[in-house]
Amino acid sequence: MLTWNVLLMQVLNGLQWGLLLFLLSAGLTLVFGIMNFVNLTHGSLYMMGGYFGAYAYGQTHSFWLACMVAVVGAAIVGVLLDRLVAASLYSRDHLDQVLATFGLILIFNELVRIVWGGNTSVVNPPEMLTGSVEIFGLRYPLYRLMIIVVGLLVSGLLYFIIHRTRIGMLIRAGATNTKMVSALGVNIKRLNLIVFAAGALLAGLAGVLNAPISAIQPGMGEPILILALVVIVTGGIGSIKGAFYGALLIGMADMVGRAFLPIAMTEFFGRAAAQLTGPAIASMGIYLLMAIVLIARPQGLFGGRHA
Amino acid sequence: MESSIRKLIAAAALSVAATAACAAPVKIGFLGEFSGPQMAYGRDMYDGFMLAVEQGGGKLGGVDVQILKEDTQLKPDLATQVAQRLIEKEGVPIIAGVSFSNIMMAIHRQVTEKEVFLVGTNAGPSPLAGEQCSPYQFFASRQGDQQSEAVGRYAMEKGYKNVIAMAPNYQGGKDVIAGFKRTFTQGVTDEIYTPLNQLDFSVELTQLAARQPDAIFVFYPSNLGISFVRQFHAAGLIDQIDLLSMGTVDALTLPSIGEAATGVISGTYWAPDSEDPASIRFAEAFEEKTGRIPSEVAAASYDGALLIGSALAKVGGDMSKKEEFMAAMKAADFESIRGKFRFNNNHYPVQDFYVVKAAKDSKGRMNLETLQVYPDMADAYASQCAMK
Repeated sequence: MLTWNVLLMQVLNGLQWGLLLFLLSAGLTLVFGIMNFVNLTHGSLYMMGGYFGAYAYGQTHSFWLACMVAVVGAAIVGVLLDRLVAASLYSRDHLDQVLATFGLILIFNELVRIVWGGNTSVVNPPEMLTGSVEIFGLRYPLYRLMIIVVGLLVSGLLYFIIHRTRIGMLIRAGATNTKMVSALGVNIKRLNLIVFAAGALLAGLAGVLNAPISAIQPGMGEPILILALVVIVTGGIGSIKGAFYGALLIGMADMVGRAFLPIAMTEFFGRAAAQLTGPAIASMGIYLLMAIVLIARPQGLFGGRHA
Repeated sequence: MESSIRKLIAAAALSVAATAACAAPVKIGFLGEFSGPQMAYGRDMYDGFMLAVEQGGGKLGGVDVQILKEDTQLKPDLATQVAQRLIEKEGVPIIAGVSFSNIMMAIHRQVTEKEVFLVGTNAGPSPLAGEQCSPYQFFASRQGDQQSEAVGRYAMEKGYKNVIAMAPNYQGGKDVIAGFKRTFTQGVTDEIYTPLNQLDFSVELTQLAARQPDAIFVFYPSNLGISFVRQFHAAGLIDQIDLLSMGTVDALTLPSIGEAATGVISGTYWAPDSEDPASIRFAEAFEEKTGRIPSEVAAASYDGALLIGSALAKVGGDMSKKEEFMAAMKAADFESIRGKFRFNNNHYPVQDFYVVKAAKDSKGRMNLETLQVYPDMADAYASQCAMK
């Protein structure tokens, strides 16, 4: 069904998904860009946000409190990760970092399984956001609208911090040339800690925001981590702007592709073929997009120079 | 003289051996998923099975049993190793449980070829109901298509014209939809298969909202089901489109879905609101032991244990009497919590199926309420099985 209101709804879905991906990708791209550190544990921080939120929700039945606990908890885990593990790996080879952070993924997954069991934990959205609102003649969940609003607010906040504050200037400088920043007398260790913790905070926020519409389970961080890696590679590593536009692009492409590729295939190849191959090709879509971008511009859309 | 002494010694030795065989407990291997998101199935199955063992004081049918619990982790290659170890090292005469079809398909041949009895209490794949049936296989649960066949029948009776089917894109999902289409002869308008790991259905839900079918039929197990039903409810679709399902809302997922599941229809072979006294006793005992409402897989596993017990009683715990054990199993002479229970020629049960609706029960918990009963449903593959 290709009516205009369906198209607009799918674009809205893509926007919501893209903004959620941005929350996750922002931290990942900065850590990769500034500290040259491949942090695969970022997905686990997303998962910890979800679990901390679920635990807080279970105790208090307040969604907002759950969010705060999730965000603070994820930031604390981020600080611990930086101090205990990452700091000793910054100077090491990328492969060592991959191995170490991958090992941490396995540890985190087992840890949540031990503490919370293999069951699915639950977070419920707040009462005022459980309804749906009529947009373009179709109903859209209020909760997803809230995610869009929060995503845009955080993006605006990040833009302000990166481009209008001193710390943002240091981050941009660090992304461009770490050694020079260090040589100029900036406490690079503290800067790294702040960046790592901020990234963890955002990942935890994404985890708890997505919890009511998804399922909180061990290993929930890995699928979204892969998408975040696609986003930062497409957008340009080290660039927040790249993460923003990359996330929106990938998010839209994913949703709109899933929505309309099967329809297009049905038009051209008939229903049986579309049903057989449609889902597979739709999920390949974003990787094809990434490949095309990299062929045209290997450093990513906004990569290479600035944050 | 000598020969009679020899006979005496032989008789004495045999009787000692026989007594020794009777004294040792019968080992039963129990395979299930006890880790990962699918552990809810394994846990309910094991708890249901062990409830019967505990109620028997560590015995089934008056015979001492030793249950060897093994985690197959939804990995078919691991399952084959586990089965091999159980058969060759532990010498188990019976393997029970098995939550998932792909595990069952991986191990069935190596089990039955060694003349070890395979008593499935959940997975019921269609090939084993048809051409690959074996006299050593027994299924206490159901054939996998039957639940969706029941819902399909119900959908025909309700007169839905425009129905869209959705399932994850794997063999299990396709089988369930095939079962629905077998009885829903009206024909589905469309089939949507989503990736197995996709938890966000906003794209598909938007399409459904635009297409406005009379009803949708979905199969989304465990986490997929929790996500789908909650999102369906959040999108406001629960008031516009009837949600028919199978394996999506059950005792394993209802606690996580909560009230968002109200009104969702499903098909099952054991209804929690059954008035059969044995069923009520089982449900109460299960809840007292675990604090959870039992699901149909727990019920099937409990029945499976009682079934094994009835056969063990008839052979006096002597598993070397394979022919007699097989006949005793086939007779299914036990008090099933599903009321009457009998096997078809392919060792799958012929039983009643229930169409249920998710609603709050008398204690205010999300539970399943019976809408319709279809008595004595047999599976569609029995005629393809060569056994009589």
